[in-house]
Amino acid sequence: MSSTKEFIVDGKGLTWTVDTLDQLTQAEIYGKVLTDMARVRPDIVVCCADLLKSTKLREFQRTFPQRVFNFGISEQNMMSAAAGMSLEGLHPFVSTFGVFASMRACEQVRTDVVYQGTRVKIIATHSGLSFGQAGTTHHCTEDLAIMRSFARMTVIVPADSFETAQVIRALVDHEGPAYVRLGRGFEFPAYESDQFEFKIGKANKIKEGDALTVIACGVGVEGAKEAAESLEFDEGISIRVLDMHTIKPLDREAVQKAARETKRIITVEEHNIIGGLGSAVAEVLAEEGVSVRFKRLGIPDTFCQIGYPEDLYKVYGIDSDGIIKAVQEMLKV
Amino acid sequence: MQSPSLSHKDVSFLEGRAYDLRRKLLLLTGKIGGAHIGGSFSMMDILVVLYHRFLRVDPQNPRDPERDIFVLSKGHGAVGYCLVLADMGFFPEKDLDQFNQTGSRFGVHPDRHKIPGVDASTGSLGHGLSLSVGYALAKRHLKRQQRVFCLISDGELCEGSTWEAFLAGAHFKLGNLYVIVDFNKMTQDGSLAETMNMEPVRKKLESFNWSVREIDGHNINQIVEILENLPEPKENTPTVILAHTVKGKGVPWMENTSVWHYGGLDEEKEKQALADLAHYYGRNGK
Repeated sequence: MSSTKEFIVDGKGLTWTVDTLDQLTQAEIYGKVLTDMARVRPDIVVCCADLLKSTKLREFQRTFPQRVFNFGISEQNMMSAAAGMSLEGLHPFVSTFGVFASMRACEQVRTDVVYQGTRVKIIATHSGLSFGQAGTTHHCTEDLAIMRSFARMTVIVPADSFETAQVIRALVDHEGPAYVRLGRGFEFPAYESDQFEFKIGKANKIKEGDALTVIACGVGVEGAKEAAESLEFDEGISIRVLDMHTIKPLDREAVQKAARETKRIITVEEHNIIGGLGSAVAEVLAEEGVSVRFKRLGIPDTFCQIGYPEDLYKVYGIDSDGIIKAVQEMLKV
Repeated sequence: MQSPSLSHKDVSFLEGRAYDLRRKLLLLTGKIGGAHIGGSFSMMDILVVLYHRFLRVDPQNPRDPERDIFVLSKGHGAVGYCLVLADMGFFPEKDLDQFNQTGSRFGVHPDRHKIPGVDASTGSLGHGLSLSVGYALAKRHLKRQQRVFCLISDGELCEGSTWEAFLAGAHFKLGNLYVIVDFNKMTQDGSLAETMNMEPVRKKLESFNWSVREIDGHNINQIVEILENLPEPKENTPTVILAHTVKGKGVPWMENTSVWHYGGLDEEKEKQALADLAHYYGRNGK
């Protein structure tokens, strides 16, 4: 569908308005794929809360204006209404920022979207620190812990926009609800195209290795991949990288296999180290009684400072340099 | 004033159902240890009329896609609601003996997965109207002609999400959405006016661009008349009915007090309540 070149914002400087935001980056892929799917699935509708442009749904709106429901800035009402729409037979894809989807509308998601038995898909954008310059009100580092604790909820964190395309295609046939956590679409891609095997609940092995396994999700996947390549090239250290795109249901088998075969595991996520990917992996290890060296990279249970995402990834050690450092430290012991 | 389509026999039948279900609720309360009596009694006449005369639902096919939707947003009225559903034949009335019991289908709040005829699992206030907006939007989108009814409590008007939903109902021109406010002016902690003043309610709703009507929510004739004359679902303005009701209606010492919002009845109190209810209906204990 797309090549990586579309992603790069050229060096001539960045002039844009909110109206052109969705045309700048690879992020538009989400909206494009959903629009394509909607052509053959008349039950797909979109719900938003005054963030249609920011959540990359303009193409959908241009193509299917009658299938877009903008609720204004009222995420709670939107979430419950989407649940009602699903109960009546539609297939709503609801988009807002992750911080609002998971916390402002938390109970509506739990009680209406999930418990009522709907197939509402929540596509949460601007998650993690992807809008780091926006400050703590817009930092979304608790959503995985929240969503993961809802029985019956599927929780997915695509590594990049190519994988997002795969996720959206898979979700069209997914009967229950799901929470998909996206960034702003400015992330460096971990995959080269959207043509690869993808299955909800099945981790993708990005790189083989036996010294240690990095289990990552979201932007952590690209960082881990880069780190693994550097470590191999510079130091001859071979580490495995797993793209654990589905946080729930977690691919327990991949975790067990990594534990058995590499004895060392580092998790990487753009989330509080409490409750997210690292916790999910730790639960499996503890329950399986597997003894491994283990470390969680993520936000160390703190509110984050303001800053550009790539700077913050460095500050909190979840970029490739941080991952390399953590791998080296673990291998020293 | 009597609705032209309503005979004295009809009124007498509907009143009889309301009396019988109130009586059963008292008996059930004694049996299961406690129930939301006050709010169930305030909405009972409305529910009886809605189900017996207006809602197009089929107890043999409770999930019929062509049905009218009914959302009881004040989910704590489940005990009264379930008695009405049983009365309509959605399930045997004796099942309600399991109310509140461990492993039961029937809890303090209604569950759409467990109780035939229930369209939404409610109980957390401020959700039902939003769910109903979604149902109504989808019916519009799918070109279905049925209607969506939502019964909310007046205390629930304190929830911000309720007003988000009122905004959306008018914005999306959901003429197929009909809201009834069980306006009993009481909350769990006391009077609504003291807990959180909501007046002027009518003006608030009108300013949200809804068509507002007011009735005595215990007058069978008025309930029938207002429901008979609702705008067609194809209209562009949603309707809200302010039903003036009395919390605990039917047993004088349970009326207009928050004490019987939720409560249990010992043998003596049960007997007293049954006698007073019978007296209210002029039935002398029968």
